[in-house]
Amino acid sequence: MILAKVVGTVVSTRKEPKIEGIKFLLLEKIDPSNMQGKKDYLVAMDSVGAGLGEIVFYVAGSSSRMTDTTEGKPSDATIISIVDSIDIAGEYVYKK
Amino acid sequence: MIFGKIIGTVVSAQIDDGIKGRKCLLVQTCNYKAQEKNDCLVALDLVGAGVGEVVILSQGSSARQTEITFKKPVDAVIIGIVDMVEKDNQITYKK
Repeated sequence: MILAKVVGTVVSTRKEPKIEGIKFLLLEKIDPSNMQGKKDYLVAMDSVGAGLGEIVFYVAGSSSRMTDTTEGKPSDATIISIVDSIDIAGEYVYKK
Repeated sequence: MIFGKIIGTVVSAQIDDGIKGRKCLLVQTCNYKAQEKNDCLVALDLVGAGVGEVVILSQGSSARQTEITFKKPVDAVIIGIVDMVEKDNQITYKK
């Protein structure tokens, strides 16, 4: 799973019928050592109700179809968690 | 599988029900000498690894081939703690 920050939403009216009603978010991967964005972006389906500015982690590949929201859907990246805190060697680098 | 070094933990209350309560660790990938690369990921811990330990990671759909992660949204699991790595008859890492 990869850590990322929610930086926006993606809206699409004309899409595969199977994915109707699913929220798409724009994520930027982050480097947890300094919590800065890596300028590497992707679109992920949301299964936990994440919002703008939140730190999340997403699951990629076939595992992203294993949530209740995305089962049987053509997803290859799904947000499965909203992060509350990250500590590196005992020190908090991020706290919500 | 790849090598990784545990550098921290990730705590989350809002998480997929399938893996609620499981420990998520922050792992930095590394080479066979346990030298860190500039790449971090979150992995589910199945073996009780701790900060500073070098571990073996299984990624992709294979990460779901354990009892705990079967049919769960997981793409990286820690499946072992490394005691020793040997390459060309030379020990490159020892715990």
